[in-house]
Amino acid sequence: MITKRIIPCLDVKDGRVVKGKNFLGLQDVSSPVSLAAYYSSHGADELVFYDITASSEKRSLFTDILKEVASQIFIPLTVGGGIRSLADFDRVLKCGADKVSVNSGAIANPDLIPQAAKRYGDQCVVLSVDIKRVDGVFRVFAKGGRENTGMEAIEWIRRGVENGAGEIVVNSIDTDGVKNGFDLEMLEKVCDAVSVPVIASGGAGSAAHFVELFQALPKVDAGLAASIFHFGEVEISDLKKICKQNNISVRE
Amino acid sequence: MVAIVDYGVGNLFSLSGSFAFIGQKVCITSDPETLRRADHIVLPGVGAFSDAIAKLEESGLIPVLKEEVKKGKPFLGICLGMQLLFDESHEYGVHKGLGLVPGKVLPIADVIPKDYKIPHIGWNALSFPKPSYIFRYLKEGDFVYFVHSFYGAECEASVTATTEYGASLTAAVQNGNVYGCQFHPEKSGEVGLKILKAFCELEGSTC
Repeated sequence: MITKRIIPCLDVKDGRVVKGKNFLGLQDVSSPVSLAAYYSSHGADELVFYDITASSEKRSLFTDILKEVASQIFIPLTVGGGIRSLADFDRVLKCGADKVSVNSGAIANPDLIPQAAKRYGDQCVVLSVDIKRVDGVFRVFAKGGRENTGMEAIEWIRRGVENGAGEIVVNSIDTDGVKNGFDLEMLEKVCDAVSVPVIASGGAGSAAHFVELFQALPKVDAGLAASIFHFGEVEISDLKKICKQNNISVRE
Repeated sequence: MVAIVDYGVGNLFSLSGSFAFIGQKVCITSDPETLRRADHIVLPGVGAFSDAIAKLEESGLIPVLKEEVKKGKPFLGICLGMQLLFDESHEYGVHKGLGLVPGKVLPIADVIPKDYKIPHIGWNALSFPKPSYIFRYLKEGDFVYFVHSFYGAECEASVTATTEYGASLTAAVQNGNVYGCQFHPEKSGEVGLKILKAFCELEGSTC
């Protein structure tokens, strides 16, 4: 039986891991390579790296780090941040990424998902969506959650899957950094709309929130979080034990 | 030395990295002479079967690979590389495979319940219907990482590992010195490295 995946997310800026509360007030946490190795040996099922480096001249620093991670850690690696073209896909895949996550790049260039899916396969293309409620409607936000695109989120996700996105990361801006639990209402809507794996992101504050997520929404495949893991508030091995005690299938 | 066959398909960084990590000499090559000199050959692959088999044919390496298999050299196909070992695939039309393992490649949609997601992606447990050398360091229920929408069928005699995804799916096969893993050992953490280590410990008749 396929297991629920626990995925730590590492936001990398200028070669370091950072995590912001509601995307603001970034705080330095640790070295990407040592943190990745730690997670891998403590039960992480997959790692996500977001390159939030603003300047393109510092991009090569990120790919150097990615190479270093990929030569030491042998679990699936997803890379996102600044992916706008097939050349960007190529750049990170050559450095050891297994999947590439697109967000603003897919909004700016509607051909990006279908082209990437055709070249690298659906399984390689992850559509990551930052969603916020605006007047009771789920809206897609771009540019790290700063810009309301006006697009309705569920429709955007459905279209992304039709175009070849093989996985969806649902990041609720409303619950991100609040540590009060995942956005179950939003996630349920997404799960009902698509048949590809859905990864929940935004709001995890404790192991109980993961249990709540997987019990309330069995169709969710994975839970993603950053700060609770980085600050050691939740150990992945403990989290998995708790999941197992609650009859949630996880990799031991 | 382990030779990873480079025929323009897939991302070989992690695969070569994982062999290097376990202290194995490894090269990524499309040179027939290097493949002949290698002690072990690995055939990787991701994407569509038809593209991959076409690229492998274009590379001109098929006769060399078959010769080396015939000589008894340990040979491992991974993911789509395993599917290429079979007689044929029914992925978007019928395509001929390498014919190194009897059987065919069919969509998992034919055998799994309708509400199961496709592709089968994530960590799943292995069962071993019979022993295979490359799993000698593993135990029943060890987890490995899968990403696939098609599976090896009509290959019962060769199946050495299965996984449960609404149906029992072929996870690994062996036909003599030819091995295949549907999952990615190079993405399966410690368990995967143990499989690669055991594969490297195989001795072919020429090495």
